[in-house]
Amino acid sequence: MSADGGARVIWDSDDVNRALKRIAHQVLESNRGPDGLVLLGIRTRGVPLAQRLGELIADAEGGEVPVGELDITMYRDDLRSNPTRAVGPTRIPVPLDGKTVVLVDDVLFSGRTIAAAMDALKDLGRPRAVRLAVLIDRGHRDLPIQADHVGKDLPTSSAEHVRVALAEIDGEDLVTLSQSKEA
Amino acid sequence: MRHLLSAADLSESEARSILDVAEEMHEVQRRPIKKLPALRGRTIINMFFEDSTRTRTSFEIAGKWMSADTINVSGKGSSVSKGESLRDTLLTLDAMGVDAFVIRHASSGAVAQAAGWVRASVINAGDGQHEHPTQALLDAYTMRQHFRDNKLSDSFVGKRIAIVGDLLHSRVVRSNVLLQDTLGGQVTLVAPPTLLPSGVDAWGVRVTQDLDEALESADIVMMLRVQRERMAGGFFPTAREYAAGYGLTAERLARLKPTAAILHPGPMNRGVEISSEAADAANSRVLDQVSAGVAVRMSVLYHLLGGEGGN
Repeated sequence: MSADGGARVIWDSDDVNRALKRIAHQVLESNRGPDGLVLLGIRTRGVPLAQRLGELIADAEGGEVPVGELDITMYRDDLRSNPTRAVGPTRIPVPLDGKTVVLVDDVLFSGRTIAAAMDALKDLGRPRAVRLAVLIDRGHRDLPIQADHVGKDLPTSSAEHVRVALAEIDGEDLVTLSQSKEA
Repeated sequence: MRHLLSAADLSESEARSILDVAEEMHEVQRRPIKKLPALRGRTIINMFFEDSTRTRTSFEIAGKWMSADTINVSGKGSSVSKGESLRDTLLTLDAMGVDAFVIRHASSGAVAQAAGWVRASVINAGDGQHEHPTQALLDAYTMRQHFRDNKLSDSFVGKRIAIVGDLLHSRVVRSNVLLQDTLGGQVTLVAPPTLLPSGVDAWGVRVTQDLDEALESADIVMMLRVQRERMAGGFFPTAREYAAGYGLTAERLARLKPTAAILHPGPMNRGVEISSEAADAANSRVLDQVSAGVAVRMSVLYHLLGGEGGN
């Protein structure tokens, strides 16, 4: 998964921060303020993104926005075609009933992760609305799913590989595009 | 991992993975909607040829909460009571296309033998006086929770675990000794000489008859049930004498380390191996063990049936 060789840098840390600031404001605008918002980051890299969005929203409007994390492993539709996968934590900060849940992920691709996340949400409560915020939308959907808030639309071929690195996990913020070796 | 027959089958990373996933399953247990779709379409048969409430129920709940279809077959009321052999019964059910058997049987080794006959995964839910691996896993899970609650390191290395009582008839002790051999806990066995299994010297753990000495340094005190239904008598003079020598009495309770936990796999004989004071003490983890039983079994089922490995 290294970004060496033919990897092309799409975004650096400043670009990522600018996009997150914009998304934070868009979320606030469409929700008309921070009331009733819950941000749920989809593991793994959606989690730090949701935390950053939560801080940006708090900076913009004051107050705390509950931020949680969602592990969708048990809801994947390809569980059975892979060796047993490790399961990560799911942390729901407040009851979701009646809330506006914003799912946060790094890359929107086939849409299957989001479909699994929505199945998981159904078992966790009944939000008033569910929105989707992603840093990169690279296209090639398998399912009828669209994001409400997108950092960047990145046209790709299906043979390419988009990698989002985040400081909290990878040491630095970097979005790269490379010819996928594993595709 | 295809079967879980013995605690010795588990590598350290497998054991840890089961305990880690069980923690997430424990969260699910606290939700209003206790359901995960991971084992949708899988069929699990619980075959209990011996009486059981908590193990059978917790396996059934675990399967259902993971969305598997679970079916219970008991010795009584099945074709076994018509004289069908265990092998034929299993082959018949296996031919129906089930994915896993959870088996409890009175004969040591019967479950491992069954695993050789069928295509499905097999989980040992207790075979005679041999093994009960999911009990050892839920014990380890409960111990780890206790370490964390008491701000101790959650590693088993260096932790002293005293297992006390009827070791001769216990399948729980053997699975715990094997699992702790993998996880690094230091086990001391305490029992009257008549209730020690033969060959215990070869288990590689300390054996003593001095309960008070073993309790002094114990981080975990696991009291085992005196299994009267397996005794024809003659193992000890009276229940009172047993309690005085090997029971966790109120006086012994008072001398435990303040951070020591009390475990008991149940069902308890109050007044024999454990006093009511100890069973209901603040550091008693008996009900936490029951609660952990479901989460740990959900995790075990997930590890066996959740990926492509399961059939």
